[in-house]
Amino acid sequence: MENNSETKNEQRQFKSEVKNLNFYYGGFNALKNIDMVLHDKKITALIGPSGCGKSTFLRCFNRMHDLYPGNRYEGEIILHPDDVNILASNVDPIEVRMRISMVFQKPNPFPKSIYENVAYGLRVRGIKQRAILDERVEEALRNSALWDEVKDRLQHLAFNLSGGQQQRLCIARALATEPEILLFDEPTSALDPIATASIEELITDLKNKVTILIVTHNMQQAARVSDYTAYMYLGELIEFNVTDTIFIKPKNKQTEDYITGRFG
Amino acid sequence: MAEESHIKIVPAGKLGYSFRRHLRERFIEIFLFMSAVLSVAIMLAIIMMLMKESFVFFQHVSIWEFLTDTQWTPLFDDAHYGILPLVSGTVVSSLIALLVALPLGTIIAIYLSEFAPFTVREVAKPFLELLGGVPTVVYGYFALLFVTPLLQVIFPELPGFNLLSAGLVMGIMIIPYVSSMTEDAMRAVPMNLREGSYAMGATRFQTAIRVVMPAAFSGIAAAYILGISRAVGETMVVAIAAGMQPNLTWNPMEPAATITAYIVQVSLGDLPHGSIGYQTIFAAGLTLLLITLVFNIIGHVLRKRYREIY
Repeated sequence: MENNSETKNEQRQFKSEVKNLNFYYGGFNALKNIDMVLHDKKITALIGPSGCGKSTFLRCFNRMHDLYPGNRYEGEIILHPDDVNILASNVDPIEVRMRISMVFQKPNPFPKSIYENVAYGLRVRGIKQRAILDERVEEALRNSALWDEVKDRLQHLAFNLSGGQQQRLCIARALATEPEILLFDEPTSALDPIATASIEELITDLKNKVTILIVTHNMQQAARVSDYTAYMYLGELIEFNVTDTIFIKPKNKQTEDYITGRFG
Repeated sequence: MAEESHIKIVPAGKLGYSFRRHLRERFIEIFLFMSAVLSVAIMLAIIMMLMKESFVFFQHVSIWEFLTDTQWTPLFDDAHYGILPLVSGTVVSSLIALLVALPLGTIIAIYLSEFAPFTVREVAKPFLELLGGVPTVVYGYFALLFVTPLLQVIFPELPGFNLLSAGLVMGIMIIPYVSSMTEDAMRAVPMNLREGSYAMGATRFQTAIRVVMPAAFSGIAAAYILGISRAVGETMVVAIAAGMQPNLTWNPMEPAATITAYIVQVSLGDLPHGSIGYQTIFAAGLTLLLITLVFNIIGHVLRKRYREIY
């Protein structure tokens, strides 16, 4: 890391700090001693071969592992500016998920109308006023570049949309609640190249609004969209740096081998 | 070495037509087809028999009288042939049963599918399915000898035979069918849909009600339809606990006969074949078949329209 002196001023550029994170699926140590930061309003990409733990790491940020028995976290993920460890056992995972949203690998719209899909997070939070819902739904759909395509059929079932549109709908759904961090778990791996391009463009546009952490299998995608990149291998964080540095002159031999395609 | 380990799976130069394989395939196909035909044929035979005997019945009794007369006394000297008293008994007992079975079955399914830890589910499910394996005659006596006296503590004027007790016990009997099928439908909803809901900050209950249940709608509808068909067609419980007097009433506190109870009563009696009294059971059976058919069609339409599309 470039900044070792921990003044308050420098912390302010960090949305989140990961400190000595270990994660266990039962007895299996899936993440080992990870230290990393998320820069505020920047895009951080996680790359690495299959099974390296990048999705596992991502899912720590919204405590998704709490849904299944036998999972255990050790260490801290500090969320700024609150300076709260979101992994602490006295922090309700639901509170965490209300502030850290997620978009999945496969588009997973709910069996509801387009409108209700986007309004879901708001309704779950108890918001009922039609005017507020209307406004937030429209704003989220505009921010996910879907408004013009769906504004005349908001009451139609979301399943009728194409795969790329469904994924943008899922992004709108995640945006509607104004999250502080947006997690993307390989958001384009189920999409064709054109839909992929539009999602990538959208992610780039979003970084002024929200801090983004994205897992990707596609190294070109990491290079295209991210500001920072972390390379993971077998549950360890091998190298973390500015994306250009990782791709042009990685410090670690393993990272270089992976990026140049000699391995992985 | 390399040549020895090389096993030829497709013999060279034999890309012809294998008569033996073809014959075997045909044989299997015909066997499967016959099995399918058998079930359809049995169904058709039942319908034909009901229609044939009912046809004779309706030569004596007009369809108008059958549908509008308010008395069903085919075995008396002053014979009336109005199906309404039997229909009312069937409807009332089924409604009570469904008021018990559908809500409880659904709640149990939600708990087992979305909340219960693995071990609880593994223990609870077999027990619940055991409930469905209890012979219906046992349920009948449970209603008559246990539930009715219990209800009489609350309602002292309740007669010994009544639709309420029969309906309640029938509802308990149907719970496993509803809960088991509903749970299967909910568990078939893919995990990524649930995760999508949790990721939005939803609770388990919100996820179950707002996402999983709508996604499983067609399966849940099928479970409900099965429950309704079971209630309408149930025989032993009502025959034992509701009395066997046809009685045009919508009051669950009264004794009454259902269509099925009447059929049992006549089948066990010593009416001569071919008599008008004997033929009434076929007309009643046909009515029952039509009622269940309507529900099956509704279920089919619902399933078609709300196909699982996750």
